[in-house]
Amino acid sequence: MLKANGDIRIGVYVCHCGTNIAAVVDVKALAAYSATLPNVVVSREYKYLCSDPGQDMIKQDILDLKLNRVVVASCSPHLHEQTFRNALASGDLNPFFLQMVNIREQDSWVTTDKPAATQKAQDLVRAAARRVAFNESLERGRIPINPAVMVVGGGIAGIHAALTLANAGKKVYLVEREPTIGGHMAQFDKTFPTLDCAACILTPKMSSVKNHKNITLWTYSEVTRVDGYVGNYKVKVKRLPRYVQEDLCSGCLECLKSCVFKEAKVPDEFNMGLAKRKPIYIPFPQAVPLVPVIDPETCIQFKSGKCKKTCIEACGDRHAINLQMLETTEEVEVGNIILATGFKAFDAKRTPDYGYGLYPNVYTALEVERLVNASGPTGGEVVLRDGRTPQTVGIVHCVGSRDENTNRWCSRVCCMYSLKLAHLIKEHTGAEVFNFYIDMRTPGKGFEEFYQKLLNERVHFVRGRVAEVTDWAMDPSEENKLVIRVEDTLAGLVRRIPVDMVVLSTGLEPQADAEQVRRMFNITCASGGFFLERHPKLAPVSTFTDGVFLAGCCQGPKDIPDTVAQAGAAAAEALALIDAGFVLTEPNAAYVLEEVCSGCKTCVPMCPFSAVEFLLEEKKARVNPAMCKGCGTCVAACPSGSIHQHLFEDQQIFEEIEGILTNA
Amino acid sequence: MAATYGYFPGCSLKGTGAAYEESLLTLFRLLDLSLQELKDWNCCGATSYMSIDENSAFGLSARNLGIAHEAGHRDLVTPCSACYLVLRKTQDYAAKYPQIAKSIEGSPAAAALDAVKIRHPMELLYNDVGMARIKSKMVRKWKGGPVACYYGCQLVRPFAEADRAHDPTRMDELLRAVGVPTVDWALKTKCCGGSLTGTIHEVGVRLNYILLKEAARKGAKAIVTICPLCQYNLDAYQAEIRKETGEAFDMPVLYFTQILGWALGGDAKSLGLGRAISGCGSIKEWFPKRTQEVEVHA
Repeated sequence: MLKANGDIRIGVYVCHCGTNIAAVVDVKALAAYSATLPNVVVSREYKYLCSDPGQDMIKQDILDLKLNRVVVASCSPHLHEQTFRNALASGDLNPFFLQMVNIREQDSWVTTDKPAATQKAQDLVRAAARRVAFNESLERGRIPINPAVMVVGGGIAGIHAALTLANAGKKVYLVEREPTIGGHMAQFDKTFPTLDCAACILTPKMSSVKNHKNITLWTYSEVTRVDGYVGNYKVKVKRLPRYVQEDLCSGCLECLKSCVFKEAKVPDEFNMGLAKRKPIYIPFPQAVPLVPVIDPETCIQFKSGKCKKTCIEACGDRHAINLQMLETTEEVEVGNIILATGFKAFDAKRTPDYGYGLYPNVYTALEVERLVNASGPTGGEVVLRDGRTPQTVGIVHCVGSRDENTNRWCSRVCCMYSLKLAHLIKEHTGAEVFNFYIDMRTPGKGFEEFYQKLLNERVHFVRGRVAEVTDWAMDPSEENKLVIRVEDTLAGLVRRIPVDMVVLSTGLEPQADAEQVRRMFNITCASGGFFLERHPKLAPVSTFTDGVFLAGCCQGPKDIPDTVAQAGAAAAEALALIDAGFVLTEPNAAYVLEEVCSGCKTCVPMCPFSAVEFLLEEKKARVNPAMCKGCGTCVAACPSGSIHQHLFEDQQIFEEIEGILTNA
Repeated sequence: MAATYGYFPGCSLKGTGAAYEESLLTLFRLLDLSLQELKDWNCCGATSYMSIDENSAFGLSARNLGIAHEAGHRDLVTPCSACYLVLRKTQDYAAKYPQIAKSIEGSPAAAALDAVKIRHPMELLYNDVGMARIKSKMVRKWKGGPVACYYGCQLVRPFAEADRAHDPTRMDELLRAVGVPTVDWALKTKCCGGSLTGTIHEVGVRLNYILLKEAARKGAKAIVTICPLCQYNLDAYQAEIRKETGEAFDMPVLYFTQILGWALGGDAKSLGLGRAISGCGSIKEWFPKRTQEVEVHA
């Protein structure tokens, strides 16, 4: 290590960032001040240091003036640290002899007081110049990437990501919790704004998943444990017994027909409870895999052990039905993981004013999706629970969205699916349809045009958040109707609109177990509970854990086009890592001085990334540099001071602190 | 030993709502609960004060809390919804906004802001006494028809502590426990007209009319309330509504304490049942002055 009293030759470079910095910080004075600091050989200011000429200037100075340390005072190191490290490398200097000073985000952008800003910039540069003298020459590590990928969640996001990767020749494990893939999209009838049939565009992709030689599909399965790090994850998957063996079943469905339940009696989850299924069932005709499941909660054999087992009889020589089937566990190694775990529809009972669960003719949008669907419980007829066809229908927007009492966010898809349902209901029944909206949000391709089309179809639009849905009739015209009470904010009136059917456009929420999933994959959640991306603009499918990517509604509400685009992006990010073959690590890992470590294990549970392991034989802690994120928690926790961290050595930090405090 | 609670009657219970106080005291006596009225209590600071001069309202309210605290009460029974709301609001605002807490700083009320718990008798009967005990004390069977439980707005909103904010059910549960059938209706927390009956009279009366009409439509033979203002509004203008609309409701508007007190053996006079304005025929039939026989609960 070069010492401060050795031959230290520092170059200081002050960036104007156009006027971002220069308008507040006196850059000329800062450069002049920097030139007076100990060991500083050269100090310059420049309009855009990140430009090619800016970088060349640094490189040339290193070569001409034999600089061995560089301080750049500019923006956040998040943005350009790599740029300037590259400049050092091009001048044949180890890139870790760079120290950046953030005089933009932490200085010029947060004050209008010019003298104070200039003073602060001087203090920061002085600290950096002292610190940089103690910087070390470091090497980046290389981690090889296992080319296999795990995709968690078999909705349209997971399906698209899996197919993209598999088509690129990569091995994919697709894990889905439900007995079939397809997710919410499989429940939809048509898709907005083109009104193409959801099943017609989804089921071919589902079949491709089933038939793809590079995809291993595990349905009725859940990830239970994730170990490892980017490029080298070990994932455990629990496979629930479906009591029908996938490898033996031909999908003839004779077992369903021959079940001792002649009539289906169990509420059918796929149809939102509007239809019934048998204890042995397939969720829908195009399910993938087309292998029935037995629900042990309702199957007579499981409940009493006294069933005639006509299903086994019907299966005959195939012997696909195996009531002794047990839960199994698979363990696989993958290099990348894509999370596409989807959303949960808002529970309409949480807004009691809208009467869901109280009045039978109040439906959720997802229920109506099933009603208008030709393979749904009514064969595509929109009828009320008592069999009547509704003459008037009210669609209530923003149920569980944009609401201080439930969820504050806009669910993004409800305006458009409400328009779609309005169109379909009108088409199926000829009913008068009212939409009650706060704002119409139609910012996608062809969305506004679809809204205009609906206006021309004479669907009614009332602007106002609905106050309540009630059965309180004011006059005979309202008897036996549901009355929607709303302030029409365009007409300036409180209105009562009697309807036969109410559709609640429920919003999108994180999955109920999002928090557990977040922990298992070691990622973060945003305030609403959706998974947090690494950067909202520039890293929208990455997470803060390398090699774990996000796709679809688990990251936030979005429609099918955006979901598919994001799934493709997540697959591309994984492919980029796989094809590079390795990742370079930031050399900021912690390391243990073994001779000082007392083996107290304080550090082991402290590490949020499980990077500290305890060597049983040596009785010492060891930090796995590939998993270490350089957070420094273990360094601070170690009672004997035996854990250190590259780039954050004690001496470096003390020099920086003293530099700040030494008011020249 | 009988539990003792502090008692803040407020102005209504000494005037238009006298039947509420009579029936409340009778009911508590029948349940071996004792109420100790605050000495030298003053106006709670509700409606008119609160909307014109918030600070004075908080001051009035805080003084009552201070008296309760000095008398050593942990619970302050507050039967009127308006009083209940304003006392709770004072506590809540003082906790949230330091400038409001400051205005009563140094007064004995300041300590009472956290220490005294405001209790509505409906919630107290539900939580402290419990349905099982009330049921066990029941001595009379209900002879009237189904009733509509009407909660009004102030008890459950914004403080949904006495019951759920949008769909309260505790009064229904209490009445059903003594065998009174209740109807399910959507208007149980809608506006009774409040003080509008005195200011913009026709609007206030219309709101009353809506409630009476819907209760009747749902098959209720009486409306049961927990608030003296609601009771008065619904009771007092039925004759006027009849003149205006031609619809004669003649529907008794009772306090829940009157029905519970009757079930537990209180007599008509001590429950204030003679003070009703509307539905007097039904009241006489359901609550005879001289009960020939007392049917002891099995």
